[in-house]
Amino acid sequence: MPRILLIEDDAAVRRGVQLALRHQGHDVRAAVCGEEGLEQVRSFRPDVVVLDLMLPGLSGLDVCRRIREREQVGIVMMTAKGDSIDVIVGLEAGADDYVVKPVQARGLDARIRAVLRRLDAPGPGTVRPRVETHGELEIDRAGLLVRRQGQPVHLAPSELRLLLALSACPGQVLSRQQLLETVWEHSYHGDIRLVDACVKRLRGKLGELGGAPRYIHTVRGFGYCFRSS
Amino acid sequence: MSGPRRAARREQGTRPAFRGGLRLRLVAGFGLVAVVSALSTGVLTFREARTGVLQQSQDAVVKQFRDSVDARAPGIPDAPDQADLNHLVADLAWANRSQRWRYLATYGALRAAYGPQDAFDALTPELLRSVRTRSAAVFQRVRRDGRAYLVVGLPVTYAAPAGMAPTPSGLVLYLVAPQESEQVYVTALVTAIERATVPALGLAVVLALLVARGVLRPVRALGRATRRMAAGRLDTRLTVHGSDELADLSRTFNDTAAALERSVAELRRMEAQARRFAADVSHELRTPLAAMTAVTEVLDERAARLDETTGEAVRLVSEETARLARLVEDLMEISRFDAGAAELALDDIDLAESIRHTLAARGWLHRVTADLPAAGAVRARVDPRRLDVVVANLVGNALRHGAPPVTLRLTTARGERGRDGRPDEDLIVITVADRGPGIPHAALPHLFERFYKASAARTRSESSGLGLAITAENVRLHGGHVRADNRPGGGAVFTVELPLRDKTVPGSDTKSATMPRNTDGATDANGGQETAGTIDGGGRKGVPGMKHVQGTKGVHGRKHGHGTKGVHGMEDVRGTQGVRGTEDTDDAKERGDGR
Repeated sequence: MPRILLIEDDAAVRRGVQLALRHQGHDVRAAVCGEEGLEQVRSFRPDVVVLDLMLPGLSGLDVCRRIREREQVGIVMMTAKGDSIDVIVGLEAGADDYVVKPVQARGLDARIRAVLRRLDAPGPGTVRPRVETHGELEIDRAGLLVRRQGQPVHLAPSELRLLLALSACPGQVLSRQQLLETVWEHSYHGDIRLVDACVKRLRGKLGELGGAPRYIHTVRGFGYCFRSS
Repeated sequence: MSGPRRAARREQGTRPAFRGGLRLRLVAGFGLVAVVSALSTGVLTFREARTGVLQQSQDAVVKQFRDSVDARAPGIPDAPDQADLNHLVADLAWANRSQRWRYLATYGALRAAYGPQDAFDALTPELLRSVRTRSAAVFQRVRRDGRAYLVVGLPVTYAAPAGMAPTPSGLVLYLVAPQESEQVYVTALVTAIERATVPALGLAVVLALLVARGVLRPVRALGRATRRMAAGRLDTRLTVHGSDELADLSRTFNDTAAALERSVAELRRMEAQARRFAADVSHELRTPLAAMTAVTEVLDERAARLDETTGEAVRLVSEETARLARLVEDLMEISRFDAGAAELALDDIDLAESIRHTLAARGWLHRVTADLPAAGAVRARVDPRRLDVVVANLVGNALRHGAPPVTLRLTTARGERGRDGRPDEDLIVITVADRGPGIPHAALPHLFERFYKASAARTRSESSGLGLAITAENVRLHGGHVRADNRPGGGAVFTVELPLRDKTVPGSDTKSATMPRNTDGATDANGGQETAGTIDGGGRKGVPGMKHVQGTKGVHGRKHGHGTKGVHGMEDVRGTQGVRGTEDTDDAKERGDGR
């Protein structure tokens, strides 16, 4: 049974979402603030954290970053609709996906399950050799491990999944829509900013920010392309 | 004052090409006055002078003639013969030989003339008769062949005692004197007047130009200021110089501008307040609705297992919660448009593919006849999610209120929209048509208004009543426009035109999106731009007044008094600074940790 940690300050929403997720068959714990949430991440070891971005005290963004510092747990943030700054900042802070309030049980459940699949999916390249090398990068598709210059790179579930999707077919351009559908399992009209924010984070972790990209190349007007150069 | 004022109006209406109008009229007016006064003075002077000159020269001629005759009269026999007369005129001509005078002496039937005979044609019958009846000298001015002559008739009389009429001797002498010196004098006068008029005219023009400059400078300033006001710069004021009528006009202008600025600011404040209220209300409804929405699916699943009445009640609560949630979300969306906080997240997409996905996602593929170009044929830079909303709203509207077949067509067209001064650009044209009853004519202009119901029977439907309004706002955000019409054969047709943006413009990401209108009064020119497309916090400052929503947030109690809490108020409200700041410090810390 997947373990879900819900961090939400509004009592009614917390009770409602908790109830709905239990109904969907998750093991749910709830925290009312960021500090309590961080504590629970350590003690409860959730598979996915559902995080309200607007929290009193320690903000949702801070909570998101602190979780990311140590954990590779999936993070789904809850945000008000149209609050694009929240979405962008939240995604850049390391969230894997987001849902827009008011949250419907089934929609949230779908997002959680997509993130969970990212954590344990064997990836599309099972017939490939176990470890691929692209320049300084080693990608272990079965073990879901990425090394750069021999050092392990800690990737969030969506970052890992994005890298696997892009590197599965080097040299091929994948549109944002395609990536949204394969990595995030979003519908066609999902939010392409997810892709852009995730690419940005991934580039940061692959050490190619601030210079010419070495692995993930932007093809203006079409999408992204993996190439080791 | 009517002159400058009229000129000011003209300046405002027409552009600087007509700026010379007032100056030209001033110059013409001054010139006219100068010429008229110079000419009338000249004419009067000329008339007076001419009369004086003539009088004098006539008197002189008559006197000289009489003296000459007087001097010779005693030597003339009482009954002179032809030889005497000849001698007399020759003598007279000799005495006054410096003059080009002609003499004629008559005595009875005898005539003696000095000079050409035809000169004496100037003798008029009146003069001849007058000389016969009167015994004094008679003179007359005669014009012949364009020349002036003075004709003098002088009857020679015998001297008589005082009080007695003199007795005519029968001898009459005539003099014809050409008046050429008079002509010369008149010509000189005219030349003098001409010479006086030209400098006067020049002086008048210079004066007129000077006056025009003095009058026109404030008038031009007024014109410029009026144009700036018309362009929306209500803070325009004039500098007032002096205390004449123009200064008074400038002061009046400033007062009017200040009053206008105050009224507009007040109106905008009230408008923003009303909008904020709607946004606040929606927001306050949102949190309880979020809790309710989360559990409606639990209710739906369990409803089947409840008894009939309870199950029905539970279903009703669930359905209406969903409806209310949609309504509130639509209201929030409209509020974002009103606050200028709506943004375009542009991406290059294949439009046909996008529209097909929109239909497929809602299970409409078999209900709608889609006439779409081949995949990849039409790519454009649009916000895919907003386009999805537009297409879904129009198709959904046609399916709900129209009748099948519903057809959707995507084409491109050459734009002819010169109204905003942009060059022609290619347009994406999306039409959604149905074969239903069409739209009542009276409803057509209001169709895209909020909560407008085309027919009273449609008081309750799935839609919030904001669908078409949101559609129109989304289209406008793209810089396009949408219209509704009735088809000739029956049924309604909605047409959306969007600019087919250049896909290759570098850096034309979300930031390039411009808001077609600036709804919030206090946002200035660049504020509108900022609020439109930027996704960094900068644009937020462009939405003034929203800050107070943070205060409202205090009602929320627990959320109060924290830096990021503003986030809860409205999407615009957030303490962006706080968030950014924290982010930065954390980044620094992360780097410091030596990842």
